Amino acid sequence: MIGKHLLSSADLDREDIETILATAASMHDVQRREVKKLPTLRGRTVINLFFEDSTRTRSSFEIAGKWMSADTINISAKGSSTSKGESLRDTVRTIAAMSVDALVIRHNASGACRQVSQWVDASVINAGDGTHEHPTQALLDAYTLRHRLGDLTGRHVVIVGDLAHSRVFRSNVITLATLGAQVTVVAPPTLMPSGIGAWAARDGFATSWDLDEVLYAGPPPDAVMMLRVQKERMSGGFFPTAREYTVGYGLTAERLERLYAVNPEIPILHPGPMNRGLEIAAEAADAGSSAILDQVSAGVAVRMAVLYHLLAGDHGDHR
Amino acid sequence: MGSSATPPPPAARVVLSSGDISRALRRVAHEILERNKGPADLVLLGIPSRGVPLAQRLAAVLREVEGVNVPVGTLDVTMFRDDLRRQPTRAPGRTVVPVGGIDDKVVVLVDDVLYSGRTIRAALEAINDLGRPRAVRLAVLVDRGHRELPIRADYVGKNLPTSSSERVHVALAESDGGAEDVRISGGDR
Repeated sequence: MIGKHLLSSADLDREDIETILATAASMHDVQRREVKKLPTLRGRTVINLFFEDSTRTRSSFEIAGKWMSADTINISAKGSSTSKGESLRDTVRTIAAMSVDALVIRHNASGACRQVSQWVDASVINAGDGTHEHPTQALLDAYTLRHRLGDLTGRHVVIVGDLAHSRVFRSNVITLATLGAQVTVVAPPTLMPSGIGAWAARDGFATSWDLDEVLYAGPPPDAVMMLRVQKERMSGGFFPTAREYTVGYGLTAERLERLYAVNPEIPILHPGPMNRGLEIAAEAADAGSSAILDQVSAGVAVRMAVLYHLLAGDHGDHR
Repeated sequence: MGSSATPPPPAARVVLSSGDISRALRRVAHEILERNKGPADLVLLGIPSRGVPLAQRLAAVLREVEGVNVPVGTLDVTMFRDDLRRQPTRAPGRTVVPVGGIDDKVVVLVDDVLYSGRTIRAALEAINDLGRPRAVRLAVLVDRGHRELPIRADYVGKNLPTSSSERVHVALAESDGGAEDVRISGGDR
C-alpha cells in the first residue's frame, strides 16, 4: 500500500513498485501526446524545496506536477529565508502553513525528509537527502531497466562508483532487491561505505573492489550503472588522481568494447550529471545501448506516477 | 463504476444470456451504421475494462456486414474521474488511439453499463485532449438508469430498470473467462 509520504525506497513493496511503474507507463504515453495535460491534480499545490542544486530532478518534478494540473512552485535555498539563517523547521512550517499538499525536498542532510514529514501535514517526497536516499531515481532506473530487460528477477545489475557518497546507490539496491535483481556494487576501498558487509547481507547484494573481475570473470552483467564521482562531497584523499580512478573504475572505451563483445545491447545507465572522461568515457555515454537519456525521459513519467499515487487518492488519514 | 468487478453472488438473476448479448451487439452495430449512413469515418473507443472487448466485437460485426475495418482504440478515463479522492488510487490503464487519430472522425464510445454517467463525463474530457472529433456518440450494452449528469446513450443493447441498491454484473469471455451473461443482484426483490 503506497502511503502518504515517499521517504525511502524501503517504503515500497513489490506491489507498490509494480503499481507505480504501470502508472508511469501510461504517463509516458501522455508525454508523447500533443496535449500533455491531465486534470488529475487540479487544485493541489506542490512545492519543490531544494536546498541543493539540481537540474533534472527539480525540473522533472515541476513538469510532472504541471502536466497533472497541480500548481507547482520552486523554492531554492539560495534566495529564500534559509540564506538569512531561518531553520529548516521554520522554513517548512511556514510553507506548510500555506496549505500545500506536497513538499518535494532535496536537502544535504541525511534524514532531513523524514524529519520534515513529522513537522507538516503535507505529503513529503524525498528528492535526495544527503548521502541517504533518492527513491524516485531508483524508480526511474527500475522503469528504464524494465523497459530494456523485461522482468528483473535474477538479472545481474552492476553498480560502479562513489558508493560512500551515493544516495542513488542506496535507493537502487533496495528497489532492485525488491524486484528480485542480483546486484553487484563496485568501488575502490576508500569509496566503499563502512559497514557495507552487514548491509549487503540484508539486501542480498555482492560487493567488490575489482571492476574487471565483476564485468568479465563472473556472471555476465545484464546492465551497468555508473555513478557520478561527487567531488562536492569529498574532502580529498579518496583516490590519488582522476586518472587512476578512471583506470581502475571508469567505464572506458576499452571496457565497453569488451562488454559489447559479449552483449552489444547492454544498457548503460548514469543518474547524471556525468563527469565525462572520469567515471564514464564519451564512447560509453553516447553508445548505442546507452540508456542515459531514457532515464531522463522516464523521470517525468515516474514522478507523475508518484505524485498521482501520493496525492490523488484517499489514504484514509487524509486531511 | 457502471458494473461491479466482484463476481455476482449465486442468487443473482440472469437478465441477459450470452445469446442475448450477441444479438444486442449485432443490432447496435446495425444502428451505428444506419445513423452514420455507412462505416465512413467511424472510430470505436472502448472504455476499460469491459468496453474494450465490446468495441472489438462491434468492429467484428461491422467488418462482417460492411467488409471494412473500423479502427478500434482504448480510452482510459482513470485520471479524469471526479471520484479519485474518494478511494485509494489504482494504476491507470493505457489509452490507445488508433492510427489516423480521432480528428474529424465520428467517435463511438463503448462501455458495458451506463449508470451515473460520470465515467462518460470523464471520457468526454479525456477525448478533448486527444483531438477534435466531428461527433461523439455513446454505445452501451446495458443502460440501468439513475443518471446523475445530463448524459444519455445513443445506442443501447438493453434498457434495464434497476433500483440503486441493486448491482449489475457483466461477464464477458474476453475479460472474465468462462460463461457470459449479465446479472442483477441485491435490492429488495
